[in-house]
Amino acid sequence: MTTRHEPSASSSKGWLQDIYVKHTKKKKSIRNRVLAVQLSLLLLFFIWWEAAGRWKWIDVLLFSYPSKIFSNIWGNMVSGELWGHLGITVGETVVGFLLGTLVGTLLAVLIWWSPFLNKVLDPYMVVFNSMPKVALGPIFIVMFGAGFTAIVITTLSITVIVTTLVVYNSFNEVDSNLIKVVRTFGGTKRQVFQRVILPASYPAIVSTLKVNVGMAWVGVIVGEFLVAKSGLGYLIMYGFQVFNFTLVLSSLLIIAVVATAMYQIVVYIERKLLTHR
Amino acid sequence: MVPVVELNDIAHVYVTDREASLAVEGIHLKVEPGEFVSLVGPSGCGKTTILSVIAGLLQPSKGAAYVNGDPIYGPSPEVGYMLQQDYLFPWRTIMDNALIGLELTERLNPESRSAVQNLLREMGLGDSGNLYPSQLSGGMRQRVALVRTLATDPGLLLLDEPFSALDYQTKLQLEDLIVETLKERGKTAILVTHDLSEAIAMSDRVILLNRNPGRIHRLFDIPENIRRAQPFFARKEPGFNELFHEIWGEMQTIGKE
Repeated sequence: MTTRHEPSASSSKGWLQDIYVKHTKKKKSIRNRVLAVQLSLLLLFFIWWEAAGRWKWIDVLLFSYPSKIFSNIWGNMVSGELWGHLGITVGETVVGFLLGTLVGTLLAVLIWWSPFLNKVLDPYMVVFNSMPKVALGPIFIVMFGAGFTAIVITTLSITVIVTTLVVYNSFNEVDSNLIKVVRTFGGTKRQVFQRVILPASYPAIVSTLKVNVGMAWVGVIVGEFLVAKSGLGYLIMYGFQVFNFTLVLSSLLIIAVVATAMYQIVVYIERKLLTHR
Repeated sequence: MVPVVELNDIAHVYVTDREASLAVEGIHLKVEPGEFVSLVGPSGCGKTTILSVIAGLLQPSKGAAYVNGDPIYGPSPEVGYMLQQDYLFPWRTIMDNALIGLELTERLNPESRSAVQNLLREMGLGDSGNLYPSQLSGGMRQRVALVRTLATDPGLLLLDEPFSALDYQTKLQLEDLIVETLKERGKTAILVTHDLSEAIAMSDRVILLNRNPGRIHRLFDIPENIRRAQPFFARKEPGFNELFHEIWGEMQTIGKE
């Protein structure tokens, strides 16, 4: 039904096909070249780091070097010590970021529903949003005990308000004519929300998911610094205190890998959810 | 016969923080069943305001408004509204878009669903049910919007410049399609438009509005021969040009005031 030419459909015109093939080939080759440069940059960095460490161009005590870090990670993996810490941190992050997005979105729904409540809450949200929330960490620890709950609450304090502001904003940016369509059929406020506002705001909600992945990691690591019982944040703190920077860098490397994996999962969900837009 | 629409001395005021401004005043209007009426006039004459009042989207500040003899309290399934653009929901398929009205009025069942399927087929969209709006051309999308409006089977259709976003050729085709569809089903319609020739070609009656505030300036009855012809051919009927220039002249005098 569209006017787009499917090259396969017009196979009688061979030269059309040729142009199309040339185009895809060119695109693919650019993609491959980018990937190759990216990988070699990474490899080069690790080689240089390894060499610099071995020949003492850098202070090994501070910067360690890759083979030492990898054997440290491997050792912790085999001994099983890593998994406990990793599990706790990932658990806190996932719970914090899902809950943060959910609570933030619900709050956005609430203030969308009641413009009066929105006006009342507005200054409080602005103040809370501009405050460095991690500073509240010690209070949360006293309130909820030094553990999982306090860390998740610290994460929530970082993610919720930003989510609310972004999602509420996207609620307001929905084309008023789409709302008019529902209203002309006598749709209620509830129906306006369900049929228009919410589906139209999926992109914004998913993009706050992306932001919140990063935020949740900040909240969790800071929380673990403060609580200092277990988790990757604790490992970093511990390594710092005993001056074992191989441990610190190992933890950082693991965080980088896991955080990227979580981000990619969100990107995957986004692609699944937002086709046809 | 009870008129489909009756407006009695309607006035509406828009209030902002700066001022309260009078949009329309002293609007008297009666539309008989099966009639096709157009509202034309310079911008700011309150055409869309009048339409919104009839649709139940706006409560007039003064006066009484009736649809089928009943006072208007809010949007009713008796009244269908077609907007300037299709405003299809991009995340819904064509079929689901066409069904939205039935869903909202909780009248969605297998019969009404197949009726909508038939409507889509009549509009030449039979195969497009599973596509998404972004895969359709502008004209096709506006036809889906027409199906969406007709799906709830309203007796009265309000058309708010439904062709303004389309190219000329598509516009002419859609004019014919809409007039034909509405005549066939015995629907009453009120069209708001900037396009004078479109108004004359499609309607039984053209209402010229004045602005600041909007009020009815003059009524023009369209001669029988132009009325009977399809909009496309109506433009070639004797008397069409004369009428066009008469209304055009009136509009010019309004503009100078």
